[in-house]
Amino acid sequence: MTEREIRKGIRELSPLDVYRFLPRIPPVCAECGERNCMAFAAKVVNREVNIEGCRPLLSEKYRKEYAELKVLLAPPVKEVTVGTGDGSVKIGGKLVMYRHEFTYHNLTPIAIDVTDEMPESQVLERVRAVEGFKYNYIGRMVNLDMIAVRSTSDDAVRFATTADTVAKATKLPLILCSLNPDTMEAALGLVYQRRPLIYAATKENWAQMAELALKYNCPLAVFAPNDLNLLRSLANTLTKYGLEELVLDPGTFTSEGLSDTINNFTTIRRNAFKGGDDLLGYPILGTPMTVWLEKDADREVLQWREAYVASMLMSRYADLLIMHSLEGWVLLPNVILRFNLYTDPRKPVSVEPGLKAIGNPNENSPVMFTTNYALTFFTVEADIKSGNVDCYLLVVDTEGLSVESSVAGRNLTAETVAEALKNTDVEARVKHRLLLIPGMAARLSGEIEEMSGWRVLVGPKDSSGIPAFLRDNWPPKKK
Amino acid sequence: MANEKKEKNEREGAFIKIGPKLLELLNRLGEVELEDVEINAEELEIWLQPPTVLLPPKPATPTVSVETVAKKPQEILKAEFQPLIQTYAGKVAEVKIGAAKGEGGTRGRTLTIGGASSPAFYLFEQAPPHLPVVSADVFDTEVSLPKALRTHVQEVIGDPAAWAKLAVDEFEADAVTVHLVSTDPLLRNASPAVATKTIEEVLQAVDVPVIVGGCGDPKKDAAVFKRVSETTHGERVMLSSVTSDMADAGLLADVARSAKKHGHAVLAFTALDLNRAKELNRRLYEHLAKDSIVMDLTTAALGYGIEYSFSVHERARLAALMGDSELQHPTLSGSTNAWGAREAWLKMGPEWEPRELRGPIWETVTALTLLLAGVDIFMMMHPAAMHTMKQVIVNLTSSGRLKPEEIADWVSVRI
Repeated sequence: MTEREIRKGIRELSPLDVYRFLPRIPPVCAECGERNCMAFAAKVVNREVNIEGCRPLLSEKYRKEYAELKVLLAPPVKEVTVGTGDGSVKIGGKLVMYRHEFTYHNLTPIAIDVTDEMPESQVLERVRAVEGFKYNYIGRMVNLDMIAVRSTSDDAVRFATTADTVAKATKLPLILCSLNPDTMEAALGLVYQRRPLIYAATKENWAQMAELALKYNCPLAVFAPNDLNLLRSLANTLTKYGLEELVLDPGTFTSEGLSDTINNFTTIRRNAFKGGDDLLGYPILGTPMTVWLEKDADREVLQWREAYVASMLMSRYADLLIMHSLEGWVLLPNVILRFNLYTDPRKPVSVEPGLKAIGNPNENSPVMFTTNYALTFFTVEADIKSGNVDCYLLVVDTEGLSVESSVAGRNLTAETVAEALKNTDVEARVKHRLLLIPGMAARLSGEIEEMSGWRVLVGPKDSSGIPAFLRDNWPPKKK
Repeated sequence: MANEKKEKNEREGAFIKIGPKLLELLNRLGEVELEDVEINAEELEIWLQPPTVLLPPKPATPTVSVETVAKKPQEILKAEFQPLIQTYAGKVAEVKIGAAKGEGGTRGRTLTIGGASSPAFYLFEQAPPHLPVVSADVFDTEVSLPKALRTHVQEVIGDPAAWAKLAVDEFEADAVTVHLVSTDPLLRNASPAVATKTIEEVLQAVDVPVIVGGCGDPKKDAAVFKRVSETTHGERVMLSSVTSDMADAGLLADVARSAKKHGHAVLAFTALDLNRAKELNRRLYEHLAKDSIVMDLTTAALGYGIEYSFSVHERARLAALMGDSELQHPTLSGSTNAWGAREAWLKMGPEWEPRELRGPIWETVTALTLLLAGVDIFMMMHPAAMHTMKQVIVNLTSSGRLKPEEIADWVSVRI
């Protein structure tokens, strides 16, 4: 099965492995901006810079070394680009199987479908909804990514017209879905310059689809429902055909077949990483929208299922998803899960404790506290800032736990709060002695007053309520 | 078969739709119409105008040389798939919760969790010997709950026995966790005797295993756990939870010995830190057998640190399989923590409504993400989330029942 030696995993790759292929022109040329070649090699291994940053390496003289390095550094899951320029998205390019090993690259794009039998107004409405989907999550915007145009009519002209309409309406990257090569070519003829993903080559149509992918220079998806022998054989055939950018779809079965689906996704990824199986080293496509094949269920039931199946595929290696539901409650958990899973696992769980000035506080500004759990802190900070509140925020060391957990686990007590107050110069900064405490820590209020000598004002349970709370309660009324 | 499926959907639908006027809410949103599209001839004429000129196809890309073209395969070149199977030195311990009548307890149903000898749901290697299970959260006193949760338990708040019965009979819970919130010295400070009475009432009301949840104060929890251990002798409850704080306060040994003497299991809680989890287990080994310890490595909600929980569980399970014996314990997730995320309950813009679905899907996705990271037992609360978990767990272990042709034509399905 193994067609080459298994690449060193990202974690086993040392700067020396890269260093030995570098030109190392004496004295240090430093064209890359690093101190020396070893420092550059270390950054390359950490994926902080590209190997192309070494200009001498790109000269004819080092062609062989450059090629060796490209192989050495290639991700076990190939990176495939759909779309062009601004309207493009990279999928796959995974360096590790488990997120704790390094960082997952290229967050899983979510494509929403339109069909060639929808009235144009509905197609455009859906495209606008996809573009308009925005959610501000701890100060970062999360979005949807692509449009999948499906041919339900199997009418070439219709499909081409719809694809053209969508292409004109949006810059988002496209997926063209039809298993009929003639229908596919009609649409490709109009929108090939957008470099859509062609969906899909199957057991029956693979040769014609391969011709189209070559002719129009587009990436090609391979569809082999629950048949990994066929999937791998098609990948083999298409590679030999001269295609380099493939996407694998082993089929998404959402109820009885869910185990096979999770199994297929996992074993494909396992073979790519631990077995050095290049034929399975391509991005995986999941289609949670197959829930809609079931006709005798309520819409909410199918939306519900589509939502959780998408999340499961996201955890289990899907590099691209096609969905149908546009409901915010279906998509929000998925775009947030994606954001979470694709963060750098080395990101600390906690922030530095101490006193932070938010905005331009003065001696009459409110003083409040929160914990040093990174997400608690950033959420509170974002809420205070969005409310234009000037205040002092005391970050109490709870060993990286949220307010609720740290109250329950006794990491946040009257003692730790009093001590945190004492360790700062807050008493010199403000004239009052009023501490706004999180609603989740309400039960500590009496003890905090005793231990710290500050009077306690119990704030809202969720920090989104802080600006409104202060409008009503600050400055405090004289007692 | 079709009927069975229909019934299942109706059941799923019933849970999802529980909640005030959900359908009306949905309709009012005026979401995109998903019914089959009927088009009349007139309309067709307008929007099916073929594009005036089809662009000439681009010539074949120059990178494809004549030579390559000549070698193009004419048929599928077989390349058989062989799953890469790994073997593991380690195995997760099996922990039994609840004891039946013949075993010194009174439970009609008992649970065994753990025993994994491959990563979670790597079915190509090894199916899990025991399916993950769901325990319903029950509180012994009035607590503040988001409306989407409160709706389902409104009638039984303040009556833990009735609540437990509802969770088992209606929500299909495999176990119940009774959170003795009222024992908190900063709240009602209920005595260990009162707490014991509550647990006894719950044991009377349901025949599933019971998890005894403390208030978080190490001293008080130690006192309550000891007392409950004695009075529930032989029932094999699980004490939730024992912590490093308890150990530091010199109370852990007493609790662990009491659990051992009366035949109970314990839940060892640590905060996203495997070294601490190992250390706490080492302290417990002095008194308890490995098969009496379950780990709670902390569940952070979706959007509020779930990635830390996900990775800590994946690492724990892989380390256990590689042979780290101090991590070879089943794990528990408090998935109800999902409701700590504001997106689970906050009133947001109309495009994010209804909250009655956003909340339970938040809990569901939080739990499922950790299910795939290897968690063995889940503390949950919303009936739709619990129902989905149980459904998915069954679906995840029933491979080989699908028909590929069912989705072969998904591309052209009319919705």
